[in-house]
Amino acid sequence: MRDALGVGIAVGLSGFAFGVTASGAGISLAQTCALSLFVFTGASQFALVGALAAGSGPLTAAVGAFFLGTRNTLYGLRLSGLLGLRLGTRVAAAHWVIDETSAVALAQRGRQAVRLGFTVTGATLFVLWNLTTFLGALGAEALGDTAAWGLDAAPPAAFLALLAPMLRTGAERTTAGLAAVLGLALLPVLPAGVPVLVAALAAPAVLVVHSGKARRAADVLMLQKQKQKQKQKQKQKQKQKQKLVQEQEQADEQGQEQAQRRTESGSEEESR
Amino acid sequence: MSVWIAIGITALGCYLVKLLGLSVPAGALERPVFKRLTALLPVALLAALTAQQTFADQTVLVLDARAAGLAAAALALVLRAPFLVVVAAAVLVTAGIRAVG
Repeated sequence: MRDALGVGIAVGLSGFAFGVTASGAGISLAQTCALSLFVFTGASQFALVGALAAGSGPLTAAVGAFFLGTRNTLYGLRLSGLLGLRLGTRVAAAHWVIDETSAVALAQRGRQAVRLGFTVTGATLFVLWNLTTFLGALGAEALGDTAAWGLDAAPPAAFLALLAPMLRTGAERTTAGLAAVLGLALLPVLPAGVPVLVAALAAPAVLVVHSGKARRAADVLMLQKQKQKQKQKQKQKQKQKQKLVQEQEQADEQGQEQAQRRTESGSEEESR
Repeated sequence: MSVWIAIGITALGCYLVKLLGLSVPAGALERPVFKRLTALLPVALLAALTAQQTFADQTVLVLDARAAGLAAAALALVLRAPFLVVVAAAVLVTAGIRAVG
């Protein structure tokens, strides 16, 4: 409960940053508030506003924002079993399936606690996020030239802050680096908004390369194991051969001894 | 008007992907490839957006005060500062450099 409120308040205040950013991007107060009310997933909102400010068409801007929102599907998948909601409630609850509510809810034990965590985080965040969006946009409009106040640095900083906790594995860092380079390199060549979508292809590209690498690594391991097995088999065979040879030698020696004894005894007999 | 269209499409699309997760029977989208792709997509998009919003003016690549602002944000992130402090650091440094320059 305290976690839920803490997360809700801390992140809810970030609505200021969004309100200011949207206003700086030339989005009207009503439009900014509509975004926080109806989209209600921070990264997509920042992305849409940033793309529109950079002059991309409404559709390309929306597609980028939509792709950023697809990760919420994953949260829903993990939450649905834990929340156990009926259809009507599910339709309403879906709007609050975002990073923060999922993080809090998934950390709880038991259906009641999960539901409480989800609801408290969602409610706190929704109210605060919309309130601070409104105040931020209002304040920025009063400021006038937002670039003079350095407010055009707010969106990239917000993106970086959202991105940083996602960079844990090598695959994630490679994807980020490749996407950043693609996004910049294609900027002068393609229409506004499109370079970001092309840069998004870094994700499947890295995925393919990495799974390929993983497969190859697995193949190499298999080969090594097979080789080791073969070597072991060969060693065993050699040992067996050696044993056989030794046995044969022993047998030969025994045979010779016997033969010698026979000849000796034979000669003795002859001498008799 | 076109901004409203973009807002409408985004709102509808983002709501539907949220509802999809809650409504699909468990296990249907549990394939590892799908999971890894939905985890990597935001990484690619956010990285590209960060780079563009820092080093581009419309379609021209530029190096200005925003780069210093982003460096300040990165430093704040390394120091585990909360979201608002990270954004504030970038804004303050950018504004400071513009005021001096």
